Amino acid sequence: MSDLKSARIGVITFPGTLDDRDAARAVRIAGAEAVSLWHADTDLQGVDAVVVPGGFSYGDYLRAGAISRFAPAMSAVVDAAKGGLPVLGICNGFQILTETHLLPGSMIKNNHLHFICREQNLIVENNQTAWTNQYEQGQTITVPLKNQDGQFVADQRTLDELEAEGRVVFRYSGGNPNGSRNDIAGISNERGNVVGLMPHPEHAVEVGFGPELTGSQTGTDGLAFFHSVLAHLVAA
Amino acid sequence: MARVIVDVMPKPEILDPQGKAVNGALPRLGFTQFASVRQGKRFELEVEGEVTEEILAAAREAAESVLSNPIIEDVVSVTVAEEGADK
Amino acid sequence: MSDSAKNAVRPILDTVENAAATPDEVQPFAELGLKEDEYSRIRDLLGRRPTAAELAMYSVMWSEHCSYKSSKVHLRKFGEGVTERMKEHLLVGIGENAGVVDIGQGWAVTFKVESHNHPSFVEPYQGAATGVGGIVRDIISMGARPVAVMDQLRFGAVDHPDTARVVHGVVSGVGGYGNCLGLPNIGGELVFDSSYQGNPLVNALCLGVLRHEDIHLANASGVGNKVILFGARTGGDGIGGASILASETFEDGVPAKRPSVQVGDPFMEKVLIECCLELFAAGVVEGIQDLGAAGISCATSELASNGDGGMHVWLDDVLLRDPTLNAGEILMSESQERMMAVVRPEKLDEFMAIAAKWDVESSVIGEVNDSGRLTIDHHGQRIVDVDPKTVAHEGPVYHRPYARPVWQDELNRNSISTADGVINFKRPATAAELRETALKLLASPNLASKSWVTDQYDRFVQGNTAGAQPDDAGIIRVDESTGLGVALATDANGRYAKLDPRTGAQLALAEAYRNVAMSGATPMAVTDCLNFGTPEHPDSMWQLVEAIEGLADACLSLEVPVTGGNVSLYNTTGELGLPDSSIHPTPVVGVLGVIDDVRTAIPSGFTESGLTVVQLGVTRGELDGSAWADVVHSHLGGVPPIVDLDAEAKLASLMQQARSAELIAGAHDLSEGGLIQGLFEAMLRRDVGADIDLIDIVERDAVSAFEALFSESTARAIVTVPDERAEQLRELAEEIGVPAVVIGRTNANAKLRIADYFDVTVEEARTAFEGTLPRIFG
Repeated sequence: MSDLKSARIGVITFPGTLDDRDAARAVRIAGAEAVSLWHADTDLQGVDAVVVPGGFSYGDYLRAGAISRFAPAMSAVVDAAKGGLPVLGICNGFQILTETHLLPGSMIKNNHLHFICREQNLIVENNQTAWTNQYEQGQTITVPLKNQDGQFVADQRTLDELEAEGRVVFRYSGGNPNGSRNDIAGISNERGNVVGLMPHPEHAVEVGFGPELTGSQTGTDGLAFFHSVLAHLVAA
Repeated sequence: MARVIVDVMPKPEILDPQGKAVNGALPRLGFTQFASVRQGKRFELEVEGEVTEEILAAAREAAESVLSNPIIEDVVSVTVAEEGADK
Repeated sequence: MSDSAKNAVRPILDTVENAAATPDEVQPFAELGLKEDEYSRIRDLLGRRPTAAELAMYSVMWSEHCSYKSSKVHLRKFGEGVTERMKEHLLVGIGENAGVVDIGQGWAVTFKVESHNHPSFVEPYQGAATGVGGIVRDIISMGARPVAVMDQLRFGAVDHPDTARVVHGVVSGVGGYGNCLGLPNIGGELVFDSSYQGNPLVNALCLGVLRHEDIHLANASGVGNKVILFGARTGGDGIGGASILASETFEDGVPAKRPSVQVGDPFMEKVLIECCLELFAAGVVEGIQDLGAAGISCATSELASNGDGGMHVWLDDVLLRDPTLNAGEILMSESQERMMAVVRPEKLDEFMAIAAKWDVESSVIGEVNDSGRLTIDHHGQRIVDVDPKTVAHEGPVYHRPYARPVWQDELNRNSISTADGVINFKRPATAAELRETALKLLASPNLASKSWVTDQYDRFVQGNTAGAQPDDAGIIRVDESTGLGVALATDANGRYAKLDPRTGAQLALAEAYRNVAMSGATPMAVTDCLNFGTPEHPDSMWQLVEAIEGLADACLSLEVPVTGGNVSLYNTTGELGLPDSSIHPTPVVGVLGVIDDVRTAIPSGFTESGLTVVQLGVTRGELDGSAWADVVHSHLGGVPPIVDLDAEAKLASLMQQARSAELIAGAHDLSEGGLIQGLFEAMLRRDVGADIDLIDIVERDAVSAFEALFSESTARAIVTVPDERAEQLRELAEEIGVPAVVIGRTNANAKLRIADYFDVTVEEARTAFEGTLPRIFG
């Protein structure tokens, strides 16, 4: 693919998905076409990348993401991701990706037990993935964080592996908001095409509708996720 | 270390959204054997030394007053875990 | 008919036939909350005794909650005298599930505030959660997509042992439900006052957006059309009292007591929202009604009486969660997350296919006919045969006695400023005392930061939030291409309303109106939730009547019509006839304003250094009912601040014009806590301080520095202006007639300085402001 305008990015909707329309808006603002994908469909409609958006799919009643992982669309995503399709899981989408084992670890209830909604600083720890190549290594960005089950946990071996392989993509900065191990906010798979994070880049893509505008803050730090995947697709 | 196990379930007549969602998912995944699902809570209260009648009584009281909400939940059992069991 | 019904032994039901044959059967009408004369009236209407099922229907539909029987005659004032100009933008007025307001460009919004007070005391989490769920379904049933919620919470004293239980449950419930629906929570109120001990107020507001052509109404028209119940199954929720009916029917083995609480399933509701919107878009819904209080009784009788006047229902086709429910219980059940739609037969398959796509269970339970009757069969027998209008609309109407309470005069005489001309409550005099008082107020639970609550709510979801708490108003974009949107604020000050319910209601309107105006939006419409004590005592009835009349008059003056709302009575826990028998009268008023491009909304608070700070409006020495009187002296007496609606309208007009002309950099209204609290909040919004001098206020308004800082005079705001626009703003204010005085400049040293008196750094203020609620509630 060489033309940005022809890039088609799928956004999956599950029952209980909340941020699908927001993710689609972010895709459009970045200059690509957003394609709605329904959880019950097996056909990914030939999209060039997939966003698994946030929400409370199936109410998060069993475990966050535990029921959605079995959706037909997710089987297709898992297969395609293994072939290199860029996949971004945001919040509940990240939880679903860990339940499918595309990404390691899991999310448990925040250590303070409350739902938390706030503007969160993140440090970009790896700008070599399909979804972060337009950031500077070590850059601090601000995007909204909002969840109940956001505490990233994994066994020590997995954590060591993630750290050693540079697969910690984002780390919380200015205080760990939920008790996540090693301050981890987002991770990737080995290949770097699958990225998951708890904070919400799709809520920081328009001036005035995301994080506060103060000082040099534009409130649009999340947009580079979507520019990154387009750059990745053009390069591919 | 002995343990008292407290099981709490939503009252039968109260809607259980959790159980309902799981119940909806099971047949889609091929588990058609189950007519319904209800999801409850299990508490494990660890005790230094032996579980005496007094401790068990205290556990029952805690179960009724703190661990469950009598308006929407029932304490279905308060039992002593066998040594080494449930590990 | 279901298999279980077919296989059951033909039960002995209280049929219409049976009721006619057994006129002397004793019925438990009193236990169901009906008065003797109400029961007689039902017998007169039917020409026989009601069946058990009919009795159940009438008892819930004629309850205060559903029939507004005590407030109805007074609520009419909201509709009376509404001018043509006020109606111009009203697409749907008072009386439907919610009012609909035309905001231009083919867009409309619908909004409404409702109470869920008593359930939230019994089971705070579920009570609050289902309160949010109920108001959201009201909005869906107008054909709108819900786009935001707000919550107005009032709890007992912060240090009372029971308060934390209620606070934790309610806040988690509002958050747990709203967050799971994907609705941004854009603001609300949080008040602690011992008058709400044992009787918290949990009000919730929902805002919905729709195109003009999408408006749906609750009526069952078109003979032969199908009546579909869809969403969650019907269980025994919220029918505690109705279980006495069980003894009148055949069932054995029913639960000893039905739960009086309802449990919410926000996931079901979210799916229901998307399902309904897809049904609306497909054009398969003729009429729709949400199921809330009184469940199927309400939905069937209202749909039938608003339509062609007839409906038949097969009760066996209602999908049940609990098969032991009897007919009366099915009719009264308040199980959540249910909707009822009227659908043409030829659209039925399409309806069912969309519902199936969303895994929403649906069942055809009835049919529209032209009988003029609502008839219901159960197990093949007729158990209900009524005129639906008598159930839904022709309930009892009371002219309850009301009178100014005997204690009211003494309360009004007990001013904090003077008693028989003698100042008897110490005021801070020195600079140090003023500083200490200012910080004490800033850290007091009712003025402290509400972040502990609002950080548990998602304000970003949907990507259209241009303003949310702690901004003066919540601001939501409606149209992505033009930026057209709305600003919303709600207010009520129960302390003021206690001192004078008429003025108190007007002050609530004035403050909500002012908050909306701060953004530069044009206020357009009002919703209200009137929380009062028992209507069966003349004291609280007087408070209600005064508040309604005051609010209706003020709405007329400001030309903002009431489009809908809710009345919650019986918020009485004490011995009757005393000053503290009931909660403070609490008329929560929500104002909706329109703004042509939300990206141009005036920001809240100080935005940068080097701006001129201007106070708009006049300060009087008004301290009765104030935060200072409460926090420092635990005093409530005297008379509330003067309402000046003309000044409010002028202030709003100034803000609108200043926004268009881009004169103002930031704004913040002044209300509880006065100027000093407003300055602190403006500073803490973005950590921008200011150097303030009170001298011009003190001289112009002839008030003391203390009064300049702490008085709660209305129609006031602080705004910031870039130097090059200051003269233009002064001229505009003069032209409109808004008193304006320069009181200082924003600075770059993160400090609020009140010249001649004191300094407070951002850090110290933040510690006071933000420490309080986390310290109390963890």
